[in-house]
Amino acid sequence: MELLQLFFFYLVAFVAVVSGFCVISCKNPINSAISLVMTFFCLAIFYVMLHAPFMAAVQIMVYAGAIMVLIIFVMMLLNQGSEVIARYRHAVTGAFIAAVLMLIQVVVILKNGGVSGMVGPNTAEVVESVGHTELIGQAMFTDFLLPFEIASILLLVAIVGAVVLAKREV
Amino acid sequence: MITITHYMVLSAILFSMGTIGVLTRKNAIVVFMCVELMLNAVNLTFIALSSHLGNMDGQIFVFFIMTVAAAEAAVGLALMIAFFRNRESIDVEEFSLLKW
Repeated sequence: MELLQLFFFYLVAFVAVVSGFCVISCKNPINSAISLVMTFFCLAIFYVMLHAPFMAAVQIMVYAGAIMVLIIFVMMLLNQGSEVIARYRHAVTGAFIAAVLMLIQVVVILKNGGVSGMVGPNTAEVVESVGHTELIGQAMFTDFLLPFEIASILLLVAIVGAVVLAKREV
Repeated sequence: MITITHYMVLSAILFSMGTIGVLTRKNAIVVFMCVELMLNAVNLTFIALSSHLGNMDGQIFVFFIMTVAAAEAAVGLALMIAFFRNRESIDVEEFSLLKW
């Protein structure tokens, strides 16, 4: 069972990394967008594996649904063809060096330190018996009520800002 | 046994790939999608740690990151449409109005 779990993890991780690579390497932006949707689905699978089914549902609805539809919509509106991938070679090498340095940094930190933090009461058993959505709702409408309200104002500002920016004459 | 380190390394790989995309691609929408990839890598870290520690706060944080990402998508794509109307292009090389 444990081995099967690990095998499944590596399978989904492999798909996530390959589709993430397609996002940054595909010439056509539409192909990048479709690969990004695949990455989002893989991450949703990880959220389910981490006992967070509500976050998986939100991931698929908000990211793979709303945001990707918006991006593809704008892409088709602007009607851009395939692009030239990189004009300057030093930009590509610089980016690879930056990314590899960051990866090395993370691996070194993970190797030298352990995970610590405020341990809460919500273990996997508690989440399964109470329900993940209930726990999220309880936390959001008691401890995080003010940030929740601020987020709603942020969304309102974003709606107005998007209309003002995209309209020809306000 | 899947440990927390597995998830951490995976999200580090995804974040680094997003960095490569942001630094090398020329199409502004693809750069935007790479930023989304980086945000998602961070979300994976948050949820992995939150479920490892049994603390709900990380997942609430992911919820707010998703809200901000949605707002960012709306405003960013509106900006791109406005820019395309002026320049007939969304190449990041053309975004040089503030260049000294």
